Amino acid sequence: MSGGSLKLRGAVRAILGDNIDTDIIYPGRYLNITDRELTAEHLFELSYPEIRAAIRPGEFIVARRNFGCGSSREQAAAALKFAGVGAVIAGSFARIFYRNCINLGLPAVIAPDAALACAAGDELELDLAAGEIRNVTQDRAIASARLDPRAVELITAGGLIAYLKRKHAA
Amino acid sequence: MGMTLAEKILVRASGRESVAPDEVVVARVDLAMSHENADLVRKSFLEIGRPHVWDPSKIVIIFDHRVPAESERTATTHQAVREFVAAQGIRHFYDVGRGGICHQVLPENGHVRPGMVLVGTDSHTTTHGAFGAFATGIGATEMAGVWTGGTLWFKVPATLRILVEGEFRPWISAKDLILYIIGRLGAAGADYRAVEFDGAAIRRMTVASRMVLANLSMEMGAKVAFTPVDNTLLDWLRARTPEPLEQVAPDPDARYERVLRIDAGEDIWEPQIACPHAVDHVRPLSALGDVPVHQAVLGSCTNGRLEDLAIAARILSGRKVHPRTRLVVIPASQQIYRDAMRLGYLDTLVAAGGMIAPPGCGPCVGVHQGILAAGEACVSSTNRNFIGRMGSKDSQVYLASPAVVAASAVAGKLEHPAAIVKESEPCLVEA
Ligand code: SF4
Repeated sequence: MSGGSLKLRGAVRAILGDNIDTDIIYPGRYLNITDRELTAEHLFELSYPEIRAAIRPGEFIVARRNFGCGSSREQAAAALKFAGVGAVIAGSFARIFYRNCINLGLPAVIAPDAALACAAGDELELDLAAGEIRNVTQDRAIASARLDPRAVELITAGGLIAYLKRKHAA
Repeated sequence: MGMTLAEKILVRASGRESVAPDEVVVARVDLAMSHENADLVRKSFLEIGRPHVWDPSKIVIIFDHRVPAESERTATTHQAVREFVAAQGIRHFYDVGRGGICHQVLPENGHVRPGMVLVGTDSHTTTHGAFGAFATGIGATEMAGVWTGGTLWFKVPATLRILVEGEFRPWISAKDLILYIIGRLGAAGADYRAVEFDGAAIRRMTVASRMVLANLSMEMGAKVAFTPVDNTLLDWLRARTPEPLEQVAPDPDARYERVLRIDAGEDIWEPQIACPHAVDHVRPLSALGDVPVHQAVLGSCTNGRLEDLAIAARILSGRKVHPRTRLVVIPASQQIYRDAMRLGYLDTLVAAGGMIAPPGCGPCVGVHQGILAAGEACVSSTNRNFIGRMGSKDSQVYLASPAVVAASAVAGKLEHPAAIVKESEPCLVEA
């Protein structure tokens, strides 16, 4: 995995509601798929197959609160990442899902009002280290939390595996 | 200043003098558990490139989600994990037919003790807070990091204390209590928090019932959830491990973010049901009217223990499962299976028309052994009712206590146990 950038630009693919659980993101029936790249095929399969079909690399998924609640399945974060999602932006995240995203090098950004402050298709600019989101289409700023230093380190390394590899090689 | 139980355990595990909520600490891990997703962990571990795991005696792997293997793909992942376990010298491995659901097998075999830091690649790892362990779920890649170095960073959680006094009404159990609490606090009501349960009603509970509370606390976002380390627990543990046991407890002057007081008898009048498609969508049974059910599931890491099978056997004894309904019963472990067989519970359930599936997760995660068709409704003693969790995205899952599952199986619709078994008796049976 190559290192990730802290400055991202892309369009909002979809805006989702509260409590989007990991069963919605990635159905349990596919948990025996342990090749991370292959998980992308089943992203949002039961409830939002149209999102999966339409995603283009670098696009953002925006949601309201408690995104990623429920099962600890890492495939939920992997499916988003390998489907090409550039970052997930939500009002809040469930804790295991949040850690999974960062560990896989997928930026997860906390922004309480994001779901209200943008529309599907809007172009956003993210500065993860500074905690800034700019809605370019609507020409407005969206309040967001700064990524904590530990997360910044993992995202720039390209995820926990790459980070630990480097650490043990050193 | 006093410390909560979560703070106390993290202080010790991180070697610091004190900790405060929101601080990040690096703690040593005492026990690292995985199930089938050990294959994901294994792959991440191999990518990191270390030759050996940090301590093979502290890793436990238990197959439960797909047992016996339901597909060639699963069989292949099982095989890969078996080979890894042998190559790394991981002795605590529970293969198909040797264990059951991870959260049952771990304590049953004496792996969990008060004061431990325990991580598992399963969200319901919170269950082990019923044994006084700081126990929480993590992802597979993070676990590969633990396998590599034996430590993990934690943000110190603020603690929510829940005091439960009073007496449960007939047919009301730990499941109703925790569904009631989740209904009040919401799916994110304890997000990132530690939860401490205490009070007379909790201290009277069996260990099995306390596990229900710690298990379902995850569904309100809890990072860890404790019930008291008292003599009931220590006696239970002494029967399962020769290791010395410690009586850990929060300080009397610990600082809590919030204290919630509940009177079991005054606040909970009737069975609580989590309606589709959210665990916090909780209603009292009588508010639901006629809800026909096509399947009733008794099992899971929440409610597949001996006391759960006992109450179901009592309700189904001499009765038949309704023609419209299938009853699937899954003992949570091989040990429970044998005990239930010896005590005649399984015979009673089979005679009533129930089907016994092998110890494991069964249909809980929507893979096998009771998948729902579009338009079907299921009453289940499990812990999640998300869209498509047990099959079709157009099926409905109602979460309920084992007593309500059994009564509903007889009635063919959501039903109060008192409508099936006339005389009133307490719901918490000894197991
Ligand atoms: S029984 Fe269900 S909730 Fe429990 S570990 Fe298995 S799949 Fe997860």
